[in-house]
Amino acid sequence: MDGAHAAWHGAVSIEEQNGTMTALADDTFSEADFTTASTEDGWMLRLDGAWITQQISAVDGKLRALELPSQGNAIIEIGDVSGLDTAGAWLIHRTELALLARDVAVECRTAAPAYARLLTTVRANDAHCPEPPEPTNAFVAMTERVGKATVDAAVEARDLINFLGHSVIVLGDSIVRPGRIRFTSLVHHIEQAGLNALPIVGLISFLIGIVLAFQGAEQLTKFGAEIFTVNIVAQGVLREMGVLLTAIILAGRSGSAFTAQIGTMKVREEVDAMRTIGLDPMQILVLPRLWALVICLPLLTFYANLMGLLGGAIMATVVLDMTFFQFVRQLSGAVTLWTFWIGLIKAPVFGFIIGLVGCYEGMRVSGSAESVGRMTTRAVVEAIFLVIVLDAMFSILFAILGV
Amino acid sequence: MSVTPEFDPTAVIRIRDLRTQFGANVIHDGLDLDVARGEVMGIVGGSGTGKSVLLRTILGLNAPAAGQIEIFDQEVTGATDEERRAVQRRVGVLFQDGALFSSLTVAQNIEVPLAEHTSLSPELRSEIADVKINLVGLPLDAANKYPSELSGGMRKRAGLARALALDPEILFLDEPTAGLDPIGAARFDELIGELRDALGLTVVMITHDLDSLNAICDRIAVLLDKRIRVGTMQNLMADDHPWLQDYFHGPRARAAMAAPNQAEQG
Ligand SMILES: Nc1ncnc2c1ncn2[C@@H]1O[C@H](COP(=O)(O)OP(=O)(O)OP(=O)(O)O)[C@@H](O)[C@H]1O
Ligand SMILES: [Mg+2]
Repeated sequence: MDGAHAAWHGAVSIEEQNGTMTALADDTFSEADFTTASTEDGWMLRLDGAWITQQISAVDGKLRALELPSQGNAIIEIGDVSGLDTAGAWLIHRTELALLARDVAVECRTAAPAYARLLTTVRANDAHCPEPPEPTNAFVAMTERVGKATVDAAVEARDLINFLGHSVIVLGDSIVRPGRIRFTSLVHHIEQAGLNALPIVGLISFLIGIVLAFQGAEQLTKFGAEIFTVNIVAQGVLREMGVLLTAIILAGRSGSAFTAQIGTMKVREEVDAMRTIGLDPMQILVLPRLWALVICLPLLTFYANLMGLLGGAIMATVVLDMTFFQFVRQLSGAVTLWTFWIGLIKAPVFGFIIGLVGCYEGMRVSGSAESVGRMTTRAVVEAIFLVIVLDAMFSILFAILGV
Repeated sequence: MSVTPEFDPTAVIRIRDLRTQFGANVIHDGLDLDVARGEVMGIVGGSGTGKSVLLRTILGLNAPAAGQIEIFDQEVTGATDEERRAVQRRVGVLFQDGALFSSLTVAQNIEVPLAEHTSLSPELRSEIADVKINLVGLPLDAANKYPSELSGGMRKRAGLARALALDPEILFLDEPTAGLDPIGAARFDELIGELRDALGLTVVMITHDLDSLNAICDRIAVLLDKRIRVGTMQNLMADDHPWLQDYFHGPRARAAMAAPNQAEQG
């Protein structure tokens, strides 16, 4: 303790010598400057002003441009300097190094022991860090990026299939032994992904029903076939729009949330902690989320279908002078039970894919919090892409089956 | 406002009658603290007593429920943006987890305050960043790495380098030596001592490291019962508060006291 106090008084004594340490606000300092002279001792660089970070921007350029002697002795006189910090000390040391490189002997003169100590510290820490890697030629860089993206996509596809296999095993296992499913967690995710999505899914489907009815009516009236508006709404909503929109909304709402949640846990090493405790993240984190979406998406799709038809019905009665009863009668002729099932069959598959991609991208987060954001974006894009690809494949399948 | 009898006009940080709370949970109540220019003030206290919260409150990141905080005679709460920037330029902070910007390399992290608050040329900024990287004992090739590629201790050093970027007058450190190896921790203590002597640096550091307390802290502020008790190590060791007795007379404390006093170098 006594030693520390002695050091503290040491700082005070410098303050008395130079009258600088008391108020260090920038405006009390004058800009750093220097003059050069030739004396009998050799070339002299006399510094004055405050050699502190805020005051050295001008002197930096001047020092770089300064013509240095190529032989003899050099003296750097620091005595008149009214303040010095590591940045200022670095400038002095840089000049010193430049002189030494020209085989000029350099001597720094200062009366303040604190300045001398600071210079010593900076001298001991003057190693250059390696330059950041040069950006390569734009064309090469682009080719490289394309190649890397291709390989990455292939690796990603392989890993995703791997994860798919793992998930299917875990999911299948949970069907055989339902006790494995964490019930509280499942209910929580059903609430988050399903119940809380009701307003937005309902609203969007309702509006899509309206749009379909309006557009259909406008075109079909030209042929006098406006009654078939009902068929367009029914087929469109039940087969495609209901399930597709619900899936896209869930990919944006829940798929992204899954990635962000699991990703944050990865960044904070919670997932690793789970493993060391002997908990399987697949069981704890992935399984309830997958089940939640597999359960919720069909239910939400059913609800979306109803809302879409409702929107269509309301629009039809408004623009076509059709009664609600006529709409329903036309509807029962326009669709079979299969039309309804075709939409609904796809729902659990889409739910599974969205959950799978969300969890997979979450598990792939590593290192920084920044990668959580990146993976979340990816999860949404990939999930929507896969949903639409699958939807196209379903269409082909149903066409072959003739339903 | 209750003016404490030992009013210190030279204090760079002055806290009066501070109360902070989260909801109904009162963290500090009637807390007073003066930090003098050029001193190294250690802040100790049990986990969860509100050391980090105190630091955040001093920095204006957390609004106090009541009381006054001044840095360089500038009231922290209710300062204009202009006034706040002027204070920020003179203050460096090392957060408990380093708080490096994850999208920037270490060197770029260190250059952020320089680019924000000075008009230095990019070359000089990068040279200064190199000096700071050396100064905190990071390996040179860490300069172009991203925070996620560093170990916990290296992140801490990089955070310190960023805190030192502008050669601040007050340096706030939240558990700087936690996560450093003992040699690195001792070197860090030396470094702080050196900078304090050369720059008139004032240091406020939260630490659980008794070696640091012993080696470089001039005074120690202990968070006890929502307030602060300040004293030199000798004063506090003589205090008969049970927590202080445990703290300074436990086995670890005895080991730290037995070590040769590093401050003798100063
Ligand atoms: N944002 C917040 N909201 C609510 N309570 C908080 C918040 N931040 C801190 N607290 C509470 O304030 C108290 C003090 O926290 P603080 O982080 O300051 O502890 P500490 O003294 O720094 O502990 P440690 O030594 O473990 O870092 C704790 O009880 C904590 O729960
Ligand atoms: Mg803390």
